[in-house]
Formats: sequence, structure tokens, C-alpha cells
Amino acid sequence: MTASMRRRGAAILVGGVAASMLLAACGGSSTTSESSSAAAPSASTAASVAASAAASASGGAVAAGCEAYAAYGGNEGTKVTLFTSVLPPEQQRYEDAWKPFEDCTGIDIVYEGSDQFEAQLPTRIAGGNAPDLAWIPQPGLLAKLVQAGGPVAAPQGVADNVDKYFNPAWKTYGSVDGTFYAAPNSSNMKSFVWYSPKKFAEWGITVPTTWEEMFAAADTIAAAGVKPFCGGIESGGATGWPATDWLEQIVLRQFGGDVYDQWVAHTVLFDSPQINQAMDTLAGWMKNPDYVNGGFGNVQTIATTAFQDAGKPILDGKCAMLQQASFYAAQWESFKPGAVVAEDGDVFAFYLPQIDEAVAANPVVGGGEFTTAFSDRPEVQAVQTYLSSPEYATARAAQPGGWVSANNAVPLDTYTDAIAQLSAKYLTDPAGVFRFDASDLMPAAVGAGSFWTGMTAWIGEDAPTKEVLANIDAAWPAS
Amino acid sequence: MSVEAHEIIPIPQPDIVGKEESIPEAARRKLSSPWASGLVILITILWTIPTFGLLVTSLRPPEQAQNSGWWTIFTDPTMTLNNYSEVISGGSVIPNGIAPYFFNSFAIAIPAAIFPLVIACMAAYAIAWIPFKGSTFVFFTIFALQVIPLQMSLLPLLTMFNKGWSMGPITVFPDLNKPGTEQSIFVGTYIPLWVAHTMFALPLAIFLLHNFINQLPRELFEAARVDGASHFLIFRKLVLPLTVPAIASFAIFQFLWVWNDLLVALTFAGGTPDVAPITAYLANIKGSYGAQLHLITAGAFVAIIVPLIVFFSLQRFFVRGLLAGSVKG
Repeated sequence: MTASMRRRGAAILVGGVAASMLLAACGGSSTTSESSSAAAPSASTAASVAASAAASASGGAVAAGCEAYAAYGGNEGTKVTLFTSVLPPEQQRYEDAWKPFEDCTGIDIVYEGSDQFEAQLPTRIAGGNAPDLAWIPQPGLLAKLVQAGGPVAAPQGVADNVDKYFNPAWKTYGSVDGTFYAAPNSSNMKSFVWYSPKKFAEWGITVPTTWEEMFAAADTIAAAGVKPFCGGIESGGATGWPATDWLEQIVLRQFGGDVYDQWVAHTVLFDSPQINQAMDTLAGWMKNPDYVNGGFGNVQTIATTAFQDAGKPILDGKCAMLQQASFYAAQWESFKPGAVVAEDGDVFAFYLPQIDEAVAANPVVGGGEFTTAFSDRPEVQAVQTYLSSPEYATARAAQPGGWVSANNAVPLDTYTDAIAQLSAKYLTDPAGVFRFDASDLMPAAVGAGSFWTGMTAWIGEDAPTKEVLANIDAAWPAS
Repeated sequence: MSVEAHEIIPIPQPDIVGKEESIPEAARRKLSSPWASGLVILITILWTIPTFGLLVTSLRPPEQAQNSGWWTIFTDPTMTLNNYSEVISGGSVIPNGIAPYFFNSFAIAIPAAIFPLVIACMAAYAIAWIPFKGSTFVFFTIFALQVIPLQMSLLPLLTMFNKGWSMGPITVFPDLNKPGTEQSIFVGTYIPLWVAHTMFALPLAIFLLHNFINQLPRELFEAARVDGASHFLIFRKLVLPLTVPAIASFAIFQFLWVWNDLLVALTFAGGTPDVAPITAYLANIKGSYGAQLHLITAGAFVAIIVPLIVFFSLQRFFVRGLLAGSVKG
């Protein structure tokens, strides 16, 4: 299921800087001071966060620190339930982040995390016991719930925030049939290439900023006797999903957002000239025997290597680059205890370059979860609006951990983690083209089925491109 | 094979009583042979190894529990009780301790074991010893209800609690909301859980207790009637004391079932600390970083303390002869 893959993805994402987080998360008092000091440098929003953090520290009775929350007033003593798939210790970071809001407005946000989120939520809605708010990790699930009835349209304040602070693509992903329901909460960024800064220096390469530079670098590394790329797509029942990400990156870069959207909507078929061409581009990259599979063997080993293990050879210098999402940051610690993820550390990531600026400038494939409301009580709308505001995003970003918001009003230096900061930089790029992970938008029979298996056969069994694409098309459910 | 079969068939079976007595004795004799004892011990050890592995894992430091198997404890005996202290009082991974969930589990499991027993005892007595028209039909209907999987009734029941239930113009169950809100009064309480567990338990409870009560000697009831005892008196003074072994064994089953239940609890109560039982806590313990093996195992061992106490304190009811001392004396 896509669901399980998402959850795993989210799990690794938030684990991004597990080591530093676990150390830093010892006490609420330290996080409060951290948020105020981190937010201090810039912007009025950050200043208000710092001020309210100070207010909460002194008991929260002083209205002076609460200016930022004046708009949410009049809801003292109310409770708003929030249902999520995010479990401890992430839960604590969220509760620390909105503590000033709770203290100022008197709204109690009752947090409930469950690892059975996707199964429980529809049951509760059908049973008349829907939570007030829920973080829905896929636009597809949101659409399904809207069809069944339950989600209520977002208030104007949320729509205004999303218009003002987010890439326009986010609003379409939070809308169903033209009605806007949900603003994004956290986001993740999949357009990264992981590399070892030390090895790059040894090989005499700088971080590539264009598609051509990346392959020029690959040729240099290949000439030095090292396979430049490595990959792994084995992921149990979800085997193949990293390869679908590779294809999505290329489709967006080669043909732009419109073709990407049509591809998701199946008006551009898999077996179309564009997708065939994208597959050829991918074949010249991740099926090129000169380039892969560094540290593992031939091309076919990509299909049998666990995606978690795929980056391991980078630390040994047996592979140079791995295309994988921001949440992969969590893996390095398991390969090498104490591994430093930083520009001058053991390993870091660079942005997978654009192919043609005229087609898609700074394209980003990513994901996120959406704050959906199931009640239009004033306090629920207040919390929903607050959760789409820069004040919240900045307070949350200042918490330790790899949490990223696509909210462009969050000062980049608020982020405590280098990868999160880099992710935010590209997610909030005003000129950038953002698209949601296509396999999460397609019907489950394809996006969590034939797309995965097709890409696995294409790599693992060297199945012919045209046949693979036609098979995926054939699995698309008739509607 | 054929030789054995040939031997067994011609053995004369003088009477039914002799056969009944000889089989347990033969079984006892055979099972107490050294070979059988050895086999039993072997099976027990094999059966216990996984649990032992969990216990060891719960005592290992986090890094080791993540990176190596529990059997490496023999070459690298590092033990710690930190996992237990984190589970019991909270720590860096889990903000809250297990205590509120532990309390919730008791608050759910004890009433959810007592309610069905009280109802089932009375129902079983009525069906077995109060002659009324259609009692067999009622009994078989209840018996047949066991085939309905509880998963099927989760959603209708949840809807009933939250939105009420009417059949046409007749309101079977009213839509009760908290004053001034659209939220049902049952949200955030144990009541739906008690009711649900009671309903799910009743068919089996009535069936088991009926079969037991039905086999009590008729003479007892006749004697009591002759002495002028009412049904209530018979039930209280005669049936209840004689049924204690069956009640106790069913109480254990029901308590353990409710204690270990996650599905019903998540559906009717959710996962917030004010109502969620210990199983919901254990399910979430693994956290958003993936498997926290050391914490899950420690939490599981904390959670099984209660079932173990219940089982060991009541196990004599399992062992005791069902009617021992009640009629012979």
C-alpha cells in the first residue's frame, strides 16, 4: 500500500536527525529557549513567536505576548481534537510548538496519534465520531473522504494563508472538485541527490547545478573506476516505489507541470511518446551499466537492494550519488554511528538539477499532509487557521528535528537541521514548480500496484519499456 | 501399525464405567514415563524461547536491541532497567508513562468482565431451569449469535452510540448529545466499551454457563422447591455457589480478552490518555522513528503482569473438578 510506504517515509523523515533530536529533546524548557533564540534573528512573525514563548514562560497570563493570537480570541475553555498518524516523540514537538497558542487563546488542542490512522479515520467518520481535525497524508484519501462526506470546507482565513504563503500547487492538492479543504502541515522533498562531500573533494568535483554537470561529474567518477550512482528499490510489499520517484523526477523536469498533471489524470498515458522518452532518459541514467550499481553490482541488483541500504556504499566511496528523498537523512546514522549530515560532514544532499528551465524551473517532487477539518465550530476554525499560519510553522520549525514547512514566511534560518533548511529552500522557491508525488495521486491499483511492479520488472528483469508502460496503462481502473 | 490395530480391536470392553476409568489412568501412566516427560520439557523450552527473547530484549540498551539479536546477550551481557523506567514514567521517546493507560485498562476490563457474567448467569439459569415456551428457541438463537463476527457490528454500534438509532418512527436508542454541542455524551467515556464488550461476550457466556447449570443434578432443585425456595433463592443459594468454577473460568477468559483487546478499544474509545487502554499505548510505543524494540518489549512485560496475576490467582478453578464436593457430600 501507498499508505505503508508513506508512513515509512514519514517515519524516516522525522527520524532525519534522530541522534541530535534525541539528545536535544530532553526537556520542554530547553526547547522553549531554543525557539526564542532561533527565531530572534529575523521577521516580525519570528519576533512574535519569541515574544509569546516568553509570555508562556512567565505564566501566560500577560496579554502582552499574545498579540499574534488576537484573531483567534473568544474561544476560551474549548477543546479541539486532532487525529494524526504522527506518534511520539514527534507529538511532543508539536505540542511544544503550539503551547503559546493554547496559553493565549485558551483552546486545548487534544492530540491523538495512531499507527492505525488510515483504517480508523473512515470508521470514525462513518460512525459519527469524527475528530475535529486530522492530518491526511494523501490528496487521494482526502478526495475519498470528501466523496463519502465528512470534511468541511476550510474557512477563508486558511484559504488566505495558503494563497499568501504557499506555492499555488498546494492549494490544488488541498482541494476537491474546486472546493478548498485543507492547508498543508508538514512537507517533504524528494528531489535530492545524496553524496559524500569528502569523496567529491577527492575526485575533484564540485556539487553539480545543472543536469549536464551531474552527468559530467558521473563520467569523471566513472573514469576513476567507481560506479557513480547507486540505487535500491526493494521495499517489501512496496518494492519499486523509489524507481517511480525517479521517473516522476524526469517527467516533471523534461516535460513540465502540465504534462505531469495530465499524466496523473491519465490523459497522457504511460505508453505515450513523453513517458517513453522519460523512460529512455531514466534508462541512460539508472540502467546505464557504466553508472550503476555502485557498491552492489550490475543494474539488476537495484531491484534486490533494500532502499534503506542503497546509500551505504557512498560512505565507503564505492558509489558517489543516490537519488532519494529528504527523509533518507535518518539512514546514515545506521550505517555509521555518529555520521554527520552536513555540507562539510560525512554526507549531504544536493538538489537534483533541472533539465530545462524553460520547461520547469527548479522542479520539486514532494509530499505532505493536509490539515482537514470535520467540524466548523469557531474554535476548530481558529485552530485550523492557526495551523496554516507562519506563526505556527515558524514555531514548529524551530523545534529540533527534520520538520519542514512549505510556508514561505518561515525564515530559513529557523530550521535547526541542514537538510530541513535545504528542503524548505526549494519547497518555498517562488519561481519553483512543485508537484506532489505522482504515485500517491494515481489510483491505488496503479500508484500502489502496477506502477511499482512495472518499474521493478523494468529494472530487475530488463522488461521492454513499451511493454512495461502498456501493462501499467492496462491496470488503470476504468471509470 | 497393523500389528497395533490388531491388538487394540479384540480387547474386550466389559462395561462403560471400566473404560472411563482406565483411559485417564493409562494416559497418566504413559505421560509420566521419562520419555514423555523429556518431550514435554523440550516442547516447553521451545515454546518459551520467543518469550524469553522478548524478555532479554526488554532488558538490553536501545542501540544493542536495534542492532543485534537477543542471543548475543550470552557473549555480551549488558543489561539495563532503563527501558522499564522509560515505559513506566515516560522519557525522551514517549512523553507519558504507562500509568493512565494501566488505570484505563482496569476501568474497562473489570466492568466488562462483571457485566456479561451477571447477565449471563441469570439468563443461563432462566433458560435452563425456568420452564417457559420457546426456551429452546431462545437458547439456540443466542447460541447462533456467536457466528456473527464482532467486526461486523463495530460500525453500526458506533453509529448507534453517536447518532442514535431509530427503526422508522420508533426510536430504539436516542441521540444523546452533550448540552450545547453536537458531540455525543458517550465520547470520551468508558460506557460504549463496557456495552460493546458485554454484548460481544454474552452469547458465549450464556452458552457456556447454560451448559454447566443445565447439568446440575435435578434432585437439588427438587429438594429446594419442596422446601419452598423461590427461583431467586435457588439461584442465589444453590446455583451461584455451584457455578463458581465455571464463572471463574469464564471471568478469566473475558478479562484477558478485554485486557488484550485493541480493535474494540480503538473504535469506541480512541487513543487519548483519558480512555485508551494499555494496548493502544503499546501500539503507539514504537513511535514515529519506527520500531522501538526495547520499549515495546518492556511495555509488553509491564502489561502482562496483570493477566499473569489474574491467571495464577484463579487457576485452581481451572484445575478443580467441576462439581467436586457439591453433590457427593
